[in-house]
Amino acid sequence: MSGVKDQVKLLTSVDRREFMGLCAQISVVLGLGNDMVPKIAEALEAAARKPSIIWLHFQECTGDSEAFLRTTSPSVAELVLDVLSIDYHETIMAASGDQAEQNLAKAIKENKGKYLVVCEGAIPLATPPGPAGLKGGYLTIGNKTGLQIAEEVCRDAAAVICVGNCSSYGGVQAQRPNPTGAVGVGEALGIKTVNIPACPHNPVNSIATIVNYLLLGTLPPTDRFGRPLFAYEERIHDQCTRRSHFDAGQFVTEWGSEEAKKGFCLYKMGCKGPQTYNNCNKARYNDHTGWPIGAGHGCVGCSEPKFWDTMSPFYKRLDNIEVPFGGVEATADKVGLVLTGAAVAGAAVHAVYTFNKKKEHEERIIDREKKEGK
Amino acid sequence: MGTRVVIDPITRIEGHLRIEVEIENGKVKDAWSSGTMFRGFEIFMRDRDPRDAWYITQRVCGVCTTVHALTSVLCVENAIGIEVPDNARLIRNLIMGSQYLHDHIVHFYHLHALDWVDVVNALKADPKKTAELAHAINPHSQRSGEGDFQAVQDRVKAFVNAGQLGPFDNAYWGHPAYRLPPEADLMAVSHYLDALTLQAKAARMHAVFGGKNPHPQSYVVGGMTCVQDLTPDRLAEFIYLMKETVDFAQNVYIPDLLAVAPFYKEWAGIGGGVGNYLAYGMLPENTKDDPNNLFFPRGVVMNRDLGNPQKLDQAKIMEHVAHSFYEGAAPRHPSVGETKPYFTGINTADKDGKYSWLKSPRYDGKAMEVGPLARLVVGYAAGHKQIKAAVDGTLKQLGLPATILFSTLGRTAARGIETKVMADKMQQWVDELLANIKRGDLSTFASYKMPDRASGFGMTEAPRGALGHWIDIRGGLIHNYQLVVPTTWNGSPRDATGQRGAFEEALVGTPVHDPKKPLEILRTIHSFDPCLACSVHVIDPKTNEVHVTKAA
Repeated sequence: MSGVKDQVKLLTSVDRREFMGLCAQISVVLGLGNDMVPKIAEALEAAARKPSIIWLHFQECTGDSEAFLRTTSPSVAELVLDVLSIDYHETIMAASGDQAEQNLAKAIKENKGKYLVVCEGAIPLATPPGPAGLKGGYLTIGNKTGLQIAEEVCRDAAAVICVGNCSSYGGVQAQRPNPTGAVGVGEALGIKTVNIPACPHNPVNSIATIVNYLLLGTLPPTDRFGRPLFAYEERIHDQCTRRSHFDAGQFVTEWGSEEAKKGFCLYKMGCKGPQTYNNCNKARYNDHTGWPIGAGHGCVGCSEPKFWDTMSPFYKRLDNIEVPFGGVEATADKVGLVLTGAAVAGAAVHAVYTFNKKKEHEERIIDREKKEGK
Repeated sequence: MGTRVVIDPITRIEGHLRIEVEIENGKVKDAWSSGTMFRGFEIFMRDRDPRDAWYITQRVCGVCTTVHALTSVLCVENAIGIEVPDNARLIRNLIMGSQYLHDHIVHFYHLHALDWVDVVNALKADPKKTAELAHAINPHSQRSGEGDFQAVQDRVKAFVNAGQLGPFDNAYWGHPAYRLPPEADLMAVSHYLDALTLQAKAARMHAVFGGKNPHPQSYVVGGMTCVQDLTPDRLAEFIYLMKETVDFAQNVYIPDLLAVAPFYKEWAGIGGGVGNYLAYGMLPENTKDDPNNLFFPRGVVMNRDLGNPQKLDQAKIMEHVAHSFYEGAAPRHPSVGETKPYFTGINTADKDGKYSWLKSPRYDGKAMEVGPLARLVVGYAAGHKQIKAAVDGTLKQLGLPATILFSTLGRTAARGIETKVMADKMQQWVDELLANIKRGDLSTFASYKMPDRASGFGMTEAPRGALGHWIDIRGGLIHNYQLVVPTTWNGSPRDATGQRGAFEEALVGTPVHDPKKPLEILRTIHSFDPCLACSVHVIDPKTNEVHVTKAA
């Protein structure tokens, strides 16, 4: 058996390089050093039995599966075949119908207490009108409601990881007036879940969470919204590539304008980066190809709970912020007249953002320290 | 009375689909298609900023995200009467082209191939003979040497021996309906894995201009925001990814399709379905909002009559709810539809029973098929030069007559033919974009003022078929927003007259060897590339007015 295994490794050496690329990327995202890269690789390879993953789809658009399947280093083939045992995933599995249900039952039974559940999509709790109306009847799979399936499958899991805003917090269908009573999985079941929100989630973060589990046997510490701190501790605004323009009071006021071509700050176009916790600009998307602000569009805050209602309209600038010195808008409108003054004002505005966020930030740190047993 | 079989969940699709069939004498006698999830998009779209619509409706589907984004901005731009700059049109066309290359490759290998390819049988193949086969089909095929196939076979063997089959567990391996020799199976399995890697790269094309994929974030009403990506390095990145993807499509995907098809020729006579085809058309050749400017034409073909193409009249679209989980029974035009959820549970035993969250759109009273086959049929009937050449060329290679198109096999082949047409066209858009930039034209946005009142619609084609959005703006906000999407056409339940939807009709007559292992059913259903999440939606229950929209 080991002979075959060595041979496989040799013959797929190109994939090995890609594989090490993934380990390096995960190390960065988790905030670990280079010396951890081989350890991560070892942890992934050492598992005699690949961890069983059960991936459930509820009220969703499959965007998070799509995102997951587009990881580029390593190839997703390696992830699916060599690293994880994806025992149930409706989008990719070969079996259908009865056979698919048998696979689910088998995975739960054989890996009781050890399997990881990855959830995609919200769970509707409302009861549709009509003679057969039952709680959660807006979603049924194989005659069971999404709620029933979630309860059955999550009960004996080692952990429940919610990918995307829908499974984390209810997502798109939960925006007002939330006609189907959609909620996140944690809320529907009354359990603690690890949440990897965004729309869709960044697969680097879900894979890093799983790696963290394989490497240390524990789930990463999270903030009060269940989000791993390694990815969601800092705001988009804190690390933004356009941040210097914010501080200098240089803003885009029309798409495609000269200011847009120069990469000025998108705050006036409605960017929600100052109120959004995520690592988009550090991790980027699609093998580091891009991220929304890089594509000239403001952040919409998709990793925040209830962002559909609290962050929209998406092109309206944030207005619940105390602005000193006559306001950032007044200041920004005078850009070019008194650039130094604008820069000072920009920095001051940022100080106020930080002040307003300080309490929340402190709570996050307390959450983390509790997790770490400090 | 035949045997009733229920397949729920149907896997390797997007969304939640249940199929029930009645089998008699080894063939499907009747079929019922049910969408089992409801979210209520049109309800929560109400009173929002029309500029946000593209962002919200994109979440209708995580597979054709970018197509919903496009349809929505077209819809609002149509309502407020603006024309976007040429660069915005070209970037949108390029993203759309990327979507097609990505989507069709993923569909063929990852959502459909396992219906035709026996993974376990691949273990019996001789890698040397497999390499010879691959070379005979196409000498330019990538990663198709003896060593490549040996490596894949070893890898699959190690995988099987380890006892954790993951996504390949408990499928229909060894089913007599599989017809490929082991060498062809091994070739296909190998390319399945290669395509898994390739598709991730292909998706990066969208991310160059879109910031990320899925769910790009650079569309806006009036144009595109990605003005900083019109630089030589970003364009080169796009072109490099495009060339690699086109190369895979031309030298791996299409040859594989042509190699596998002859083993399944009987499927050219199965799964034809309703025989009526509808396409909204797509890819504008200039910035004018006019259906005559579309590269893929808009039109209708009824009763498989390629000699009689018809112009599409959107007033003839009606939605039925007699068998859907909504109150009422009278068919209505989408713009005056009403929706009151009324859940009865799935009832297929009673001929008047309701059994799906999907409505039943009909055109001129007829059930229609939409999708790659519909686009080719409409284009072919209209005498479209590139489509005609690609269809005729492929049929000649296969030695099959045009009638094979109206089938499960034809639907699958149409996707490959369309990929070729799209791949050939993309270079032209790149050249046009580069020419604009060379002239110093970097314009990507047209400014506008949101009117207090306006209404309009956007129509284009998702990879899986005709997609339309309708908007009514009042007080500068969304008063009513509606979507009629591809799988609502294809996956619809019966209408008030008892007429089956396209999935249902296509299943009738399908041979089923073993009702407990309904592989053949999956073949026909997957040939449509179902996408269910977008198909279930509702029209605002309070709205009951006729909207005057611009002529189609």
